[in-house]
Amino acid sequence: MLNVPTLAKLQAEGKKPNVVFWVGCAGSFDDRAKKITKAFVKILNQTGTSFAVLGAEETCTGDPAKRAGNEFLFQMQALQNITTLNSYDVTKIVTTCPHCFNTLKNEYPELGGNYNVMHHTQFLKQLLKEETLTIEGGKFKGKRITFHDPCYLGRANNVYEAPRELIQKLDAELVEMKSCKSKGLCCGAGGAQMFKDAEAGDKEVNIERTEEALKTKPDIIAAACPFCNTMMTDGIKNKAQEGNTQVMDVAELIATANDL
Amino acid sequence: MIEYLPNILFFILLLTSSCLFFRNLNRIRRNIFLGKDLDRNDQRSLRWKNMIRVALGQSKMVSRPIAGTLHVIVYVGFILINIELLEIILDGLTGKHRLFAPYLGSIYSFLIAVFEVLAFLVLVAVFFFWTRRNVLKIKRFLKDEMKGWPKLDADIILYFEVVLMLLFLSMNATDSILQDLDPTNYIKAGSFPISQFIAPLFEGISIENLRILERSFWWIHISGIFIFMNYLYYSKHLHILLAFPNTFYANLNSKGKFKVDVNIKNEVQSMMDPSFLIPEGKNTVPDKFGASDVFDLNWVQLMNAYSCTECGRCTSVCPANITGKKLSPRKIMMDTRDRLEEVGENLNSNKGVFKLDQKQLLNDYVSPEELWACTSCNACVEACPIEIDPLSIIMDMRQYLVMEQSAAPAELNSMMGNIENNGAPWPFSNQDRLQWADE
Repeated sequence: MLNVPTLAKLQAEGKKPNVVFWVGCAGSFDDRAKKITKAFVKILNQTGTSFAVLGAEETCTGDPAKRAGNEFLFQMQALQNITTLNSYDVTKIVTTCPHCFNTLKNEYPELGGNYNVMHHTQFLKQLLKEETLTIEGGKFKGKRITFHDPCYLGRANNVYEAPRELIQKLDAELVEMKSCKSKGLCCGAGGAQMFKDAEAGDKEVNIERTEEALKTKPDIIAAACPFCNTMMTDGIKNKAQEGNTQVMDVAELIATANDL
Repeated sequence: MIEYLPNILFFILLLTSSCLFFRNLNRIRRNIFLGKDLDRNDQRSLRWKNMIRVALGQSKMVSRPIAGTLHVIVYVGFILINIELLEIILDGLTGKHRLFAPYLGSIYSFLIAVFEVLAFLVLVAVFFFWTRRNVLKIKRFLKDEMKGWPKLDADIILYFEVVLMLLFLSMNATDSILQDLDPTNYIKAGSFPISQFIAPLFEGISIENLRILERSFWWIHISGIFIFMNYLYYSKHLHILLAFPNTFYANLNSKGKFKVDVNIKNEVQSMMDPSFLIPEGKNTVPDKFGASDVFDLNWVQLMNAYSCTECGRCTSVCPANITGKKLSPRKIMMDTRDRLEEVGENLNSNKGVFKLDQKQLLNDYVSPEELWACTSCNACVEACPIEIDPLSIIMDMRQYLVMEQSAAPAELNSMMGNIENNGAPWPFSNQDRLQWADE
């Protein structure tokens, strides 16, 4: 049974968590992404991390509205969230979604929301460094894992090493795609593309990226974003490679390795 | 008097081409400042460092080793040979040949040798550049937006460089022969590791004719440089100047941080909370959201457009373009410049007052289809060797489409409707946000 306290509940008990886990819309509602959310919570529970979620008080950060060009709607979402977060005196946030991460970290301060925002791979790396978290290597020994850089984690915020350091703890072979890190190719979901059909072209972006990933002959494509995860999973299905290659979030890799 | 005729002619040529050059530069400056204000004067020491690293140090060029190395050769050649240009100009003005030689002694010979080697390396590099464009037909040079003038423009610049380098070497070749034959007029100076191989072509020619040849090469070379200087304005080659301010005023924030319009915060707040009173004088909702024309962009975005060399590194990494969509970040920059120049011509012919022309950047140049294909992944921004930001223009134009014209694709409208009504891009009830914990 997962232990997922809400901020409201903790406050009623007169407690304050060390960190707020921002679940995000995908992490709350999308069936695939919910598994990532749970995997991350399992790690938080295992490590005894003091955290809370906003639950029904959380609402979209406004990222897809902003990237679609709707600054008004973005600010409505942002101001609502900032009011909620500030009412709980939140100082530290961790999120499994790079889009939420980017928006909370970079676009909320000017509107009055100043928090120390971390992506879950950065957070887990820190737990590892503090020796709160240990990662069992056995399960993935000898597996080939390639990491797909989410644009809003990598290029947008220069986080390239945290997810890789975690993967390396799995005793697996980390193989890089032709375009990786600052040159990583987008999965096709960003900029609100997730919510619309693509414009006319020769190919879907996620197929292009999946082909690049498959060239590394991976057992696992590691992702660190719920939207990339969906895109790459669809790509793998399109290429009928479900039997050979799995798409897993870094949090899921660690939860699996630790038998959670 | 007649003996000074060449000097006077040269002075007139120098003055005319400089005046033309500065007039055009001024026009570019005027056009750039048609853009909106944007304060990029913060963190100046970081900006200097960035400019030194990226523009002077070519740090982003070499991320593609072949093109990068070739470019560094031409770049170093251009900068260093310009030192020699100073002597050539003084030669023209004073009529004194190899003016610096007596002061520099053996260093002078060394310098001339270096210039010659560089000139040769530039020729080699330009040969490879030409081959890449015309024989190997590298994909990014052949996209739709490169057809016609942009392709010709790129080749013309390469031909210019070949001709200028050959003239420079021929000038030295004839000069070195005259140093032996006509020591009173041609002082012994310099060393000629490359032009010594051209020199045999001019052997057996009379001193008179050699003098004519040497002077002809000299005149055509310097005239070529003046022509090239004034060709810049019409070409994609302005980056040799604008790369520097372009990197100095580049965005230093995280690439994921998009512009937040704090001016509308009060308006949003009053919409959400009717009891919120907008502080007096603080209601500064802009007349127009986003950008439909060059006037709506900021001056850095417009400078970006003039700085673009159309190398297409942005387009070659754009996920939309790679997969056959119409969007090409390079075309966004070229369109912005084309429209800006059209506006500039309009100003020139109407005494500096813009006469409405029923045209704009949106639709007449950039189609909504291109704008909606962008994934905002920042690959184009990362790839640009001089830190041009096509994404910011795309986002400003999307903002115009959505906020001024309500012209988003239908699926995006329903996504935004969902966010407005239930706080998520999908139609789920916000009350169910924590359901996953119990599943």
